[in-house]
Amino acid sequence: MHLWIIPLLPLAGAAINGLMGKHFPKALVNTIALGSTGAAFAYALWVAAQFSGLPPDQIPHIERYATWLSAGPFSVEFGIYLDQLSLVMLLVVTGVGFLIHVYSLGYMAHEGGYYRYFAYLNIFMFFMLTLVLANNYLLMFVGWEGVGLASYLLIGFWFLKKSAADAGKKAFITNRVGDFGFLIALFLLIKHFGTLQYDSLWKLVTRYPVETGAAGVLTAIGLLMLMGATGKSAQIPLYVWLPDAMEGPTPVSALIHAATMVTAGVYMVARSNPIFNRAPEALMAVAVIGTLTAIFAASIGMVQTDIKKVLAYSTISQLGYMFMGCGVAAYSAGIFHLMTHAFFKALLFLSAGSIIHGLGGEQDMRHMGGLRKYLPWTFWCMTVATFTISGFPPLAAFFSKDEILWQTWASGNRVLWLVGVVAAAMTSFYMFRLWFLTFFGEYRGAPASAEPHGHDSHGGAAHGSPHESPMVMVIPLVLLAIFSFIGGWVGVPEAMGGHAEIEHFLAPVFQSTAEATPSATSAEGAAEHESSSTELMFSAISVGAAAVGFLGAWFLYYKRTDLPGKLAAGAGGLYRLVLDKYRIDELYGAVFIQPLIALSTTVFWKGVDRGLIDGAVDGAAAGANETSNAMRQMQSGNIRSYAGWVAVGAAAVIAFMVWRGVR
Amino acid sequence: MVPLSYYLILSGLLFACGVAGFLIKRNIITIFLSIELMLNGVNLTFVAFAAQLKSLDGHIFVFFVMVVAAAEAAVGLAIIIAVFRTRETLNVDRVNLLKL
Repeated sequence: MHLWIIPLLPLAGAAINGLMGKHFPKALVNTIALGSTGAAFAYALWVAAQFSGLPPDQIPHIERYATWLSAGPFSVEFGIYLDQLSLVMLLVVTGVGFLIHVYSLGYMAHEGGYYRYFAYLNIFMFFMLTLVLANNYLLMFVGWEGVGLASYLLIGFWFLKKSAADAGKKAFITNRVGDFGFLIALFLLIKHFGTLQYDSLWKLVTRYPVETGAAGVLTAIGLLMLMGATGKSAQIPLYVWLPDAMEGPTPVSALIHAATMVTAGVYMVARSNPIFNRAPEALMAVAVIGTLTAIFAASIGMVQTDIKKVLAYSTISQLGYMFMGCGVAAYSAGIFHLMTHAFFKALLFLSAGSIIHGLGGEQDMRHMGGLRKYLPWTFWCMTVATFTISGFPPLAAFFSKDEILWQTWASGNRVLWLVGVVAAAMTSFYMFRLWFLTFFGEYRGAPASAEPHGHDSHGGAAHGSPHESPMVMVIPLVLLAIFSFIGGWVGVPEAMGGHAEIEHFLAPVFQSTAEATPSATSAEGAAEHESSSTELMFSAISVGAAAVGFLGAWFLYYKRTDLPGKLAAGAGGLYRLVLDKYRIDELYGAVFIQPLIALSTTVFWKGVDRGLIDGAVDGAAAGANETSNAMRQMQSGNIRSYAGWVAVGAAAVIAFMVWRGVR
Repeated sequence: MVPLSYYLILSGLLFACGVAGFLIKRNIITIFLSIELMLNGVNLTFVAFAAQLKSLDGHIFVFFVMVVAAAEAAVGLAIIIAVFRTRETLNVDRVNLLKL
């Protein structure tokens, strides 16, 4: 099917725009950037059509192009692995990515570095597609690192602003910590299995028994992979970079830090399901970390005042749900939520971007309010997104989140389920808080303020009253809203009269390699056997949790708007703690960063670099200087002394020859 | 026939005289003459060996040395005149401007 064309299209776009875009008119930059991603999306759709016609024994469809490197018996190739999982990812990445490219036309219209921005977006697409389409872990790792690079470039897009440059560095360095774990996992795989190709690796791995009780090499690999995933997918403890990543332009937040890149960790865990299925303890760690992250980030999101920060913590929390799903071996539920999340979180961010655009760069929700009148399109799109993420039926996230919670309960992790439901109520609360604060009540912003507001250094000197965004921004919103609405209907569970198509579609990916895993099959099997009425009851509980959140937000931020301030004052220290994000950044600063800086300064810089390296280099120079100074005295300028030296030298040579008895 | 060693001793003495004059004297012209003395000491050695070994090589060397010495005398005397014109001295100890 010539799948290599898909990643290469955005790469070509990035190369053309990045190298020569400076001299292009805007229209040409647009054509190249949008054309390449649009073509990639169209090609992906054609591939999907072809894929559905493939007989089951030809899935996964693997294309091998060349050997990348070979060292003895170990070799890695350039190749593409297309199965149901990578197809879903492929469509999400190209589809959502294309819509965000379109949106960026409007959002970035007045920005400098226009061609640079689109070149970065395209290179991000290239690396993300490499990540999801690779047929071995090493090629996946290339994409993995590449999206980190693209993320760094785009977060620090406004690099003249120190906070943006710092946020870029923070994202990159935090990701490095996770990448280290992933890399060690790859080394372990090479050491124990001698290959990184998915197909041959799965054959070898499936011969291993499930490591219950005694943790073995697969558990170690699983935990190290989880470490990599926590970095890329912003889970505890490496989530700290994502909120800061909001320094980038808002479409970047939507594309990278919500819809696609951060899902790489979830994809990696799902892709590695044969390993995780044989390492129940690693799988449990995935579930626990996901659940903790879900509730932890949701609690921070409840008090943030910056609209993008709320969405950032919401992203972390939703990613936690995906990990929770994967962690209870309900990979298809996790991927399902990944897909719906890509729609609604892109929609949320783009709507937020539309608001920020309309207000000339204002991001503080306390200065918004009553925007329903000014931005009607954005309001309706945001409404769909808010109801979706909160989990109201029949919108998309209701089905996906509910599926995760149900599978968690069905797999016997009652505590995790309870935490997940509480986090769902919190999600509903902070999203409706955002909704009420932004769109209802009175407009609290300074009217026609000329004051340039902090974050998105957006807009000009004089920005009038709030205005709706141009059509090029609204159309992607509407499309995403439609998908956020109906996107979940591919996964309506059987208990509600649906067919759970997505689950059946993805099942071969997770089933074919999972025969030897009682834990995985028991979860799926239990889900099937529990009566459907129980499942309906749990759905009702989820909706109830969402309703509680809605009512809470309605009461506090619509009905009695004086109450939140009093509550915050009443909670005092606790409120400050949550508002300061539990001071995790400060904790990391004190525990890791400051000691590291101190060590680097005193030992490595002043000790090793200055003392040892500079000492050696300077010492050599000084020694040469001293010697030369001594020798210099021979150059007296007195011809007879030179002649004397010549005579002495000649005498010495003769004496030597006589002594050696030269004939 | 005079033995070879006599010639060698004589040429050694001539050479030593040249070296001594070269090192001791301050006048450039005297130094220059000392150099000629050393060259001729060496020349004597060459012809002595040539006669002893019945070979023409030594004679050829001597001719070369004499040609070089003649050229050297021409260049050297020109330099000496130039030095005297600018410095108005022939004392080598005072021609030391190249000192570091």
